[in-house]
Amino acid sequence: MLITRRVEFSASHICASPALSEAENRALYGAGANPHGHGHNYVLEVTLAGEPDPVTGMVFDLRELKEILQREVVLPMDHRFLNREVAPFGDVVPTTENIAAEIWRRLEPNFRGPARSGNVRLNNVRLYETEDLFVDYSEAAL
Amino acid sequence: MSTRSFTRLTRRYRFSASHRLHAPNLSGEANRELYGKCNNPFGHGHNYFAEISVTGTVPEDSGLLVSVPALDALVERAVLRDLDHCDLNHALPNLVPTSENVAAEIERRLSAAWPREFPKLAGVRLWETKRNRFELRNEEQ
Repeated sequence: MLITRRVEFSASHICASPALSEAENRALYGAGANPHGHGHNYVLEVTLAGEPDPVTGMVFDLRELKEILQREVVLPMDHRFLNREVAPFGDVVPTTENIAAEIWRRLEPNFRGPARSGNVRLNNVRLYETEDLFVDYSEAAL
Repeated sequence: MSTRSFTRLTRRYRFSASHRLHAPNLSGEANRELYGKCNNPFGHGHNYFAEISVTGTVPEDSGLLVSVPALDALVERAVLRDLDHCDLNHALPNLVPTSENVAAEIERRLSAAWPREFPKLAGVRLWETKRNRFELRNEEQ
């Protein structure tokens, strides 16, 4: 069974590669490359896979999931300038693709091994940059 | 354990168009019976959403599966230019413009125009209204 929790954070960023010229960056990233940055209300949907515990009836305690999302994602990223304040985005372009992958790396260790409420695994991270653009990222076993 | 990373980017486009559902091989009565108000003689319209998904490996240097401005330009050229603010019965004269058929037509147009350097087209999802959607998935990943 898959369970999904949604959380939001707001952050600014610049999408530009230091290896490219200003014109090349503009062609590749569009307005995302504007030199002083811009921001989004990101919406993150985190999906876990597991079986409901026979006693609790839950795949995972949603209160605990909320705390993990707060600790790993919202506290470090909300109301921050990603390029300047959040690793690894000083060196890695904070595209939606890369932010989704980084969120996976931060979250995944929390869902290894037998959890209190079952053998749960991180299944998918979906990050909406706007309602018209989102990225799904997963390293789940296929 | 075999794992691999999987990245899929989805971009939503909007277009507004009119249509009338009327199958030429059926009688007038059969059409009214089948399509109901969608068969009303002067047509009607929708604000469609077309969600285009691509999947592949994210290059380390750009961090982009696909350049969004490049994807936008392709979709504009291959799909939106012909379908936005049009009458679908006129724009697509050889098919009954059900959302099933329109979604398949969008997929065909995108596939025909798809640049070789783009990541794989993973799917097309067409929303006719907020309450119904039609999806084609390219299953070979």
